[in-house]
Amino acid sequence: MMRSTDAVTSVSNLNAKPQRLRRLKKSLLLNWQLYVLILPVIVYYIVFHYLPMYGIQIAFKDFIANKGIMDSPWVGFKHFERFFNSYYFERLLKNTILISLYTLALSFPIPIILALMLNEVKAERFKKMVQTITYAPHFLSVVVIVGMLFLFLNPSTGIINHIIMALGFESIPFMTSPGWFKTLYVLSDVWQTMGWSSIIYLAALSGVDNQLHEAATIDGASKLQRIWHINIPTIAPTIVILLILNLGSVMSVGFEKVFLMQNNLNLSSSDVISTYVYRTGILDSQFSFSAAVGLFNSIINFALLVIVNYIARRVNETSLW
Amino acid sequence: MIDRSLGDRVFNVVNYVLLSLICIVVLYPLLFVLSASVSNPETVLRGEMWLIPKEFNLDSYTKIFQNKDILMGYGNTILYTAMGTALNLVMTVCAAYPLSRKDFAGRGLITGLIVFTMFFSGGLIPTYLLIKNLNMLDTFWVMIIPNAVSVWNIIIMRTFFQQSIPGEIQEAAMIDGSSHFQTLFRVVLPLSMPIIAVMVLFYAVGHWNAYFNALIYLSSKDKFPLQLILRELLVQSDSGDFIKLTSEAGVRLKMSMEGLKYAVLVVANLPMLILYPFLQRYFVKGIMIGALKG
Repeated sequence: MMRSTDAVTSVSNLNAKPQRLRRLKKSLLLNWQLYVLILPVIVYYIVFHYLPMYGIQIAFKDFIANKGIMDSPWVGFKHFERFFNSYYFERLLKNTILISLYTLALSFPIPIILALMLNEVKAERFKKMVQTITYAPHFLSVVVIVGMLFLFLNPSTGIINHIIMALGFESIPFMTSPGWFKTLYVLSDVWQTMGWSSIIYLAALSGVDNQLHEAATIDGASKLQRIWHINIPTIAPTIVILLILNLGSVMSVGFEKVFLMQNNLNLSSSDVISTYVYRTGILDSQFSFSAAVGLFNSIINFALLVIVNYIARRVNETSLW
Repeated sequence: MIDRSLGDRVFNVVNYVLLSLICIVVLYPLLFVLSASVSNPETVLRGEMWLIPKEFNLDSYTKIFQNKDILMGYGNTILYTAMGTALNLVMTVCAAYPLSRKDFAGRGLITGLIVFTMFFSGGLIPTYLLIKNLNMLDTFWVMIIPNAVSVWNIIIMRTFFQQSIPGEIQEAAMIDGSSHFQTLFRVVLPLSMPIIAVMVLFYAVGHWNAYFNALIYLSSKDKFPLQLILRELLVQSDSGDFIKLTSEAGVRLKMSMEGLKYAVLVVANLPMLILYPFLQRYFVKGIMIGALKG
């Protein structure tokens, strides 16, 4: 995906520095317009992405607003220690990891299965219809999805509880019970993303060599056998790449949906690192402390990505870089 | 190929049945919202409406179009989406074209610089402090500039430029004395309309659905985008309580408020709802171009 051969060549060119400088100069003279074009983009990335990285230092300082980021006093790992020793640490870590793992367990395999199933459909119109329908929820906003959850699951007026009550049971206050939070989060995620996530596997499946299937059929292989021995191995590299990306983000549960589904009653099971950073940082203005919490999270994310990628390259010869 | 064995035929039947079930599961909530929005709210809330609208009326829609907050949010979102998408598009082309050219020295370095931000970021708090220091809090610009371009879309567009526009055409133009600007505007862009359409769609949907930046950076209500207004209406107003049946009028009010929510959901997605059937194939094309590289 991002296997940058350019980076490799530029590294190997390091020892040929004078020649490289000369080339750069020549390129600048000849292609100055290209540099003019890309300048605003570089400025944007430096200002809005690299300056905040420089601002991370407040995690190791006691940020005082009128002194600014530079002149606030250093305090070492004070904020990290406070976080690790806090009452919330274990709860946040547990919720963050569990929500990710549950999501991974369902939202990852289901699109693969859906793609494999769709790939077997010979009737073009039926296939198109299934695709059109299952892709649609992808375009709804998080606010709309969570709004629908609230409406459908309302204890007294929602349709789900009408059904439960019609069957003779007590209505369930889904949105305010901690026990239901993760289930609702994951199931609504599957509902929204399964179709769209299957596109990439469908694309990979279109590359399957038909001759393999014909040969296997002649040898008496059943459909399931052919899917298992031909289709799945063909899309394995795609699966591995996406698995790497997903495992790499195990510690970064998206803020947007959790935050909307969160309320004081289900906080014990819905509080994750990103919502905690928002509460302590933006709402309570404890900038240094929440920056430390956020940094802890980013570092783990980054480390996970590197480790998983390393393992994948070792085992499967498929990797991001 | 004809499926001969019994097992394969069973497989086919099961496959079609399961896929149909999936379609129903995905479609039902959407149809329910649509039907509920044009039904009498009371029938919906009492659980009498299942799929076909009951006691058809459009009261909820008339009420929405009298609601100042929703109209303002709608206006703001259209503005943010239009301006934001325009900037996104310009920035994406500005990045993708140089990065697609082999004669662009520093290409690897700049690609690395941009791609790295996908894997590591300063995080919420340092970014918030930066926006604060730039005096952009609670301004129009904070909804446009911090999301000026996306790494992923740059990569997709660069890939398109490299693979779908023959290098020979660009070379020929250059030999004929056209500058990079001229090549870009007269040769590359006119050949890139499909990918530009895809980009416009991706970015526009992103802006339309976004609420995070607005939540963090905006404080005055007259700048709120639609999604933030929706959040107030749909999420914050729902305490999960049982309706307290105190007075007839109170119940009526609560009923019409609840009924309104379904119509709000429809209105919020109206542009998508209308355009989706026509645009779906472009979206898929876009994700395919991204995937091929992957």
